Amino acid sequence: MFKTLRGRMIAILIVTSISGWQLYDKGLKLGLDLQGGMHLVLEVDDPEGTMTAEAKSGMIDQVVRIIRTRIDEFGVNEPLIQKVGSERVIVELAGLQGDENRAKEIVQRNAFLEFKLVLPVTEVQGALPRIDRAIVATLGVDSIRAMGRDVVGSDNQQTLQEALFGGGAAATDSADAAADSADVEAEPEPDDDPDDLRPFSSLLNQGDILGTYLVLIEDVPTAEHFLALPAVERALPRGQELHWSEDLESRGARNYKYLYVLDEDPFLTGDRLENATAGRDPQFNQSQVQFELTRAGGREFSRFTAQHVNDYLAIVLDEQVMSAPVIRDRIGARGQIEMGSGTPLEEAADLALVLRAGALPVKIEIIEERTVGPSLGQDSIDQGTIAGVVGMILVILVMTVYYHMAGLLAIAALGVYSLLVLGGLAGMEATLTVPGIAGLILSIGMAVDANVLIFERIREELDHGRASRTAVDEGFAHALSAIVDANVTTLITALILFQFGSGPVRGFAVTLSIGIVASFFSALFVTRTFFLLYLSGKKTTDPISV
Amino acid sequence: MRLFKDASYPFIEARKKAYVLSAAVLLSGIAAMVINVATIGSWQDYGVDFTGGSLIQVEFNAPITAAGLRDALGGAQAPPITRFGDEDENEFVIRAPIAEDLSITDVADEIESDLAAALGAGTFQVVSTQAVGAKVAGELQVKALYAILFSFVLTLMYLAMRFELRFGLAAVIATLHDILITLGFLAVFRVEIALPTVAAILTILGYSLNDTIVVFDRIRENLHKKGARKRDQIELVNQSINETLPRTVLTSGTTLAVLLALYLLGGAVIRDFTVVLILGVIIGTYSSIFVAAPALIEIQNKWGLGKSADQKKRPQPATV
Repeated sequence: MFKTLRGRMIAILIVTSISGWQLYDKGLKLGLDLQGGMHLVLEVDDPEGTMTAEAKSGMIDQVVRIIRTRIDEFGVNEPLIQKVGSERVIVELAGLQGDENRAKEIVQRNAFLEFKLVLPVTEVQGALPRIDRAIVATLGVDSIRAMGRDVVGSDNQQTLQEALFGGGAAATDSADAAADSADVEAEPEPDDDPDDLRPFSSLLNQGDILGTYLVLIEDVPTAEHFLALPAVERALPRGQELHWSEDLESRGARNYKYLYVLDEDPFLTGDRLENATAGRDPQFNQSQVQFELTRAGGREFSRFTAQHVNDYLAIVLDEQVMSAPVIRDRIGARGQIEMGSGTPLEEAADLALVLRAGALPVKIEIIEERTVGPSLGQDSIDQGTIAGVVGMILVILVMTVYYHMAGLLAIAALGVYSLLVLGGLAGMEATLTVPGIAGLILSIGMAVDANVLIFERIREELDHGRASRTAVDEGFAHALSAIVDANVTTLITALILFQFGSGPVRGFAVTLSIGIVASFFSALFVTRTFFLLYLSGKKTTDPISV
Repeated sequence: MRLFKDASYPFIEARKKAYVLSAAVLLSGIAAMVINVATIGSWQDYGVDFTGGSLIQVEFNAPITAAGLRDALGGAQAPPITRFGDEDENEFVIRAPIAEDLSITDVADEIESDLAAALGAGTFQVVSTQAVGAKVAGELQVKALYAILFSFVLTLMYLAMRFELRFGLAAVIATLHDILITLGFLAVFRVEIALPTVAAILTILGYSLNDTIVVFDRIRENLHKKGARKRDQIELVNQSINETLPRTVLTSGTTLAVLLALYLLGGAVIRDFTVVLILGVIIGTYSSIFVAAPALIEIQNKWGLGKSADQKKRPQPATV
């Protein structure tokens, strides 16, 4: 089929119409740098490295599904949510306009909802001296002093050694603590007792709600730091845990956070949620999320609340207590999460959305973020287009001035080339990025180079006195090896870039690869065909314009 | 119109001068790298892609200077601020390193809120933000290195297969030369190394190889002619370079013209990228004539010509 001129023309026609159709049908997808948007890379947050790769991979599959549901509800056109490797997810949201922070929150939020019973502080109160000692033992006296934590009787000089081995409770101001001292009887009891070091308990103030402490907002990071220590976790009463409130509480001029004592086991979690909607509490004009439990969940909820009338029920979202209302009566399948009066309704809507889509099975962390505003994107397109057009005009000028008729044939072939590349990009659903445009320009350069190689060769052959048609044939034949080798080596580089590159580099590699294949075809097949067409009306000895 | 028709410049004879020039440029690049290590603590000015950290690009509604912006963001404690693009665009790039206790996305948010507090919320737009975690950044460095090494190895293998081993070696020497000079240039002018810069360096690798292959292709062809192996090899290589000179000049010239258009009109986003490419085209053209071909001669002088053309089958590319 490719032997005859007609066959060649038909082949070109088929290839170009497929490209044209792909381009028309699928359109060219612009990268985030060209149209604006957000690119996130998420990873399973596993600082201790306790999860197996397999477990992570399974969780990431779930994460991808849940994030997709969430984003679909959020309403972004053609989001790209893709698992990469075994523990990463790429989320690409094109055309976001000013909603970056909301989108980030929606993607990243765990939305793990739990209902837990608030417990009286009694037992924790009793464990406080033990907790203090655990902190002193872990961090050392010096570092606690350096933190400026309350050390009663600071004249009392203690060495680290003493602090580490001194742990006995002798005279404390709390009767509960004295009772507790039996628990630590294994530890030696030196005379110089660091008992007056109370790094943690000194931060706590009596809460005004059952089962709570109040902690000054300035002290919250320190307290969080202490609570994260494994020794402190062990020192807490069995089955109980401490959680911060989401809201701030003002007392006079100072701001506090509640620290709740909760039952460790939730009696219900968010997977029993049937529906969640955002609304406004008409009474206090607060944003709230109303939820509805599944039938089974509702039955459990109702049974539990019936047993705990007059107890407090904490609604815990991602480890933070959203609210802790008192159970006045049996509660059925409906409830609400209060979000505070200052919270915009939008935030409640987003929370309702993530609750509906379900909780992420694991904590995820954003390890890479790139956002591009739409204005930059438009500028890039405009400038890229102008530069591209000017570049094209330059190429056309050089080719026609230098090679006359042959140059025109080459430009026609370059036209086919452009269509092939754009159709190829559309067909492969590759996105066009700024580095991608650069890759295109480079491959145009290589397409031009191939033509130059051929034409120079034809000129040489004509110089050697060959007839026009023979010169053309010889020119193509001799230029072939250089073109093949040059294109293959560049293709090797492009493929390696694709393999190792990420984001923008990948875009560059894809356009370069498609460009090289297209330039190869256009220079060797299309230009040749146009040449044959040009020669077809001539005798073999007629002069040609090259 | 025909340029350099029947040229016969003694390129190879001038190779010693080229060696001196290359060595001088290479050494000044290395000197710049050493100075960079001493002054900025790294041999290249790595961007957030490789160091990790946050970058936020802001466009202001009213003209503002970098100094004024620095004052607004806390004077001496302000993160590094550089102007982006032309002065009338009022765009700045603010960079912040990875903070110990803040997530990478919080750092960018914090800069934004600091700006809003100091200058007023409506006085600027965030054009783009980038935040790269330390882990990702480390991986990118490794990947970039792998990419360059792999393409070296594969190219060498391909060329050894298609030509002869010494052609492959000479091509790799020339490419190495080009990459080192480009890195030296980047070090001298402290061009920020971002992911697209790596793409540009790899493109140079491709372009330089392309040029070298065209010259080598002609040498290969001339070597296959009758009695070629008995000829003076310097003369043969010179002849090959001169025969391909019109093509070299025309292609490089056209590519440079297009890149120049891209540089002048393509906007600030790809300007650094284009600079590296322009440089690469110039170096690549130079090295294919003055480094790759002489390297081939030097290898031949040292280890001889290898198998004759008659013993080795001439590569037969598929006909299209």
